[in-house]
Amino acid sequence: MTATQAPAPPTPAVAEPAGNDGFGRILRAEWTKFHTVRGWLIGLLVGAVLMVFLGVFLANAQIGCQNNGVQETGPACLPKVPIGPGGEAVQDNYYFVRRSLTGDGSITARLTGLATRLQGNSGPAHPVGGPLGPAGQRVTLPWSKGGIMITASTKQGAAYAAMLATGSNGVRMQYNYTGDIAGLPGQVSAAAPRWLRLVRSGDTVTGYDSINGRVWITVGTVTLSQLPRTIQIGLFATSPTFVRVSNFFGGANINASPTTTTAVINDVRLTGSTPLASWTGIDVGGSSQPGPPDIGGYHQAGGAFTVTGAGDIAPLEPGPGSNVPTATISQNLLGAFAALIAFVVVACTFMTSEYRRGLIRTTLAAAPRRGQVLAAKAIVTGLATFAVGLVAVLFCLTLGVAKDRREGLFVLPVSPLAEVRVIVGTAAMLGLMAVLAVCIAAILRRSAITITFGIVAIVLPFLFSVIGVFPASVGDWLLRLAPAAGFAIQQSIPHYAQVASISAPGGGYYPLSPWAGFAVLLVWVAAAYVLALVLLRRRDA
Amino acid sequence: MSHAAATRPARLPGTRGREGGLSFGLDVLRAEWTKLRTVSGPAWLLIATVALTIAVSAAAAAATSCPARTVCPVDTIKLSLTGIQLGQAVVAILAVLMISNEYSTGLIKLTFAAEPRRWAVLAAKALLLTAGVLVAGVLAVGGSVLAGHLILASHGFTTARGFPDLSLTSGVAVRPAVGSVLYLALIALLSLGVAAIIRDSGAAIGIVLGLLYLSPIVVNFVSSTTWQHRIDRYTPTSAGLAIQATKGLKHLPISPWGGLGVLALWAAAALLAGAVTLSLRDA
Repeated sequence: MTATQAPAPPTPAVAEPAGNDGFGRILRAEWTKFHTVRGWLIGLLVGAVLMVFLGVFLANAQIGCQNNGVQETGPACLPKVPIGPGGEAVQDNYYFVRRSLTGDGSITARLTGLATRLQGNSGPAHPVGGPLGPAGQRVTLPWSKGGIMITASTKQGAAYAAMLATGSNGVRMQYNYTGDIAGLPGQVSAAAPRWLRLVRSGDTVTGYDSINGRVWITVGTVTLSQLPRTIQIGLFATSPTFVRVSNFFGGANINASPTTTTAVINDVRLTGSTPLASWTGIDVGGSSQPGPPDIGGYHQAGGAFTVTGAGDIAPLEPGPGSNVPTATISQNLLGAFAALIAFVVVACTFMTSEYRRGLIRTTLAAAPRRGQVLAAKAIVTGLATFAVGLVAVLFCLTLGVAKDRREGLFVLPVSPLAEVRVIVGTAAMLGLMAVLAVCIAAILRRSAITITFGIVAIVLPFLFSVIGVFPASVGDWLLRLAPAAGFAIQQSIPHYAQVASISAPGGGYYPLSPWAGFAVLLVWVAAAYVLALVLLRRRDA
Repeated sequence: MSHAAATRPARLPGTRGREGGLSFGLDVLRAEWTKLRTVSGPAWLLIATVALTIAVSAAAAAATSCPARTVCPVDTIKLSLTGIQLGQAVVAILAVLMISNEYSTGLIKLTFAAEPRRWAVLAAKALLLTAGVLVAGVLAVGGSVLAGHLILASHGFTTARGFPDLSLTSGVAVRPAVGSVLYLALIALLSLGVAAIIRDSGAAIGIVLGLLYLSPIVVNFVSSTTWQHRIDRYTPTSAGLAIQATKGLKHLPISPWGGLGVLALWAAAALLAGAVTLSLRDA
């Protein structure tokens, strides 16, 4: 009896008011638990190795080509790809009827027709697909282009601004490959002509369009930095490859045919100092497509021109629509899925093993504020996964990009900012998925069910849209709504609406923009965290 | 009493082997059956297998249609069995938990004390698992084909346009349907074998799901056709699901039954390795 009346040992009272230091202690405790279990470290390592192996070494390509009749492979086939003013890889192939313009000036023209025809069977070597129809067949190509242009030079990748009509996207003002402003809608024809005008004043170019040549509408004003004093001004036509993808269950059929587009242009008027007496035609960049050599050209009768061209003036996008064998830096990160399976297993068991062994009671006895325990577990798992993921991503990119070049693939350049976003974003996405797994584990508490749930939520949406279990539209919605939306952060080349490329997750495209997809993942993590917190506080351990 | 005491020693594990092959199973089998029957988890997982398989199959059928005057290269039977892709994950959980749960609770020591022939325990588990999954598989596949039959006909996939009759009496759907049921059972056995090797439920289910889901994704990103061909032929899901194909059979990387055979080899190898590790390792 006397013993119990002795003053109680003061230890609990000392631990209680520790405050912030208390959280640091919990964090250190969780870190100790994490790094002293060999299986979890091995799990993280397995994930990283899988990621590098699948992303870099399994994805083999061998590009072959004919150079002066000699069959070559690898770097010898590396195409020369022009780089636009914004630093992106571009396609710049068109037929141009031009004069030079010194100083300020303008060009006005009336467009009365734009006709696109399929070329012969000698389609591009990449991709291999059947032609869409016999040579000469009239088709409607949404992004065939014909109109007027002002450009710094006729070198590929030069700065430019153009007013143009398209096959089925109306009149557009396009500039510097990525810029695109909508003008008058509707298809151009003799009955519905379009007047187009470009006015150069110093570095700025303003585009106008009109349906009658009297009332003009300003489409846009753009600044082309460091435009030389003497520039090229004139008429152009170009015509991208016609690619048709028919999706069906289990895959897709890709048919492609090169095309030519002929623009009929009348009443061409120039103002300003245009010293060259007459018009000259030039096939800028040559044809991007191996085909009949006489696809580009023009006829002039007084003020009336017909200009025929093939190619495209647009940013180069990866995927089966591209004429050049390209790779994106993101393609080397596709192994992230495999890594995630291992990371999810580690993250889940880090939480569920507490329940299995009853350790959770000790943990919660030592740190009665349960929210702090969950926070500490989330931080430890998230940061450890982030760190391992970052190393794996860096390995994937350094090894993968070098390997792509050795194989003769042109690696599409990206801005340093985008590259940092892809690298850090992918690692952060992996870390967040691990945190999501910890939260799901805290909710479900049983490891097998938790891990299955986590892997199915992350992998299946991607699987279903990639292997075409569902039609593309349903697959896209899965990738918008599921946690797998976070993979969008890996997209390195933006998708431009004015480029008819095939944007599929396999090609590195996601239905959401990088940050929107990342935000969807964040919402999932936040929701799971809150639910886990509430349940952890309410339930008996 | 004395009579009973005299007969007891004859039933000790050490002497039971003499009674011959037939007596092996029944005790172990009954013990395993009791374990399965008296907890609610396995039954719920089997129900979930049926429900999720039919739900995903019906969703896939509902999301596909063939407008008039277009050519639709759709394998309608394979399409109506899409749910197997998800159902196999639930089957894998059930299989892994049958072994891993015993390890996590320590029950495995008691099990092996009662039946020292560890392979017999694994065999009994495999037998009961196969039976349970076959029953669930028949319901899941039957429901999926029925859902496809009801939905797809109204989506333009009519027999008048050359699409096969999806009722199981027509013959065309029999091999994919029966094969899919067997596929689920083989996936269960493969998972059981992996769990016997790995023991920890988390790691085991991670490895099984990796085996199931990685290969179909990887095959899309591998540009080397040699490797694509190898993955399609020799990985459990890609090869095993060839059993569902009814179109373009000549262009399949592996024949339908050959593919299921590859999966059977995977399952057999996993079970064998599981039996060997169980026997050699401390419980």
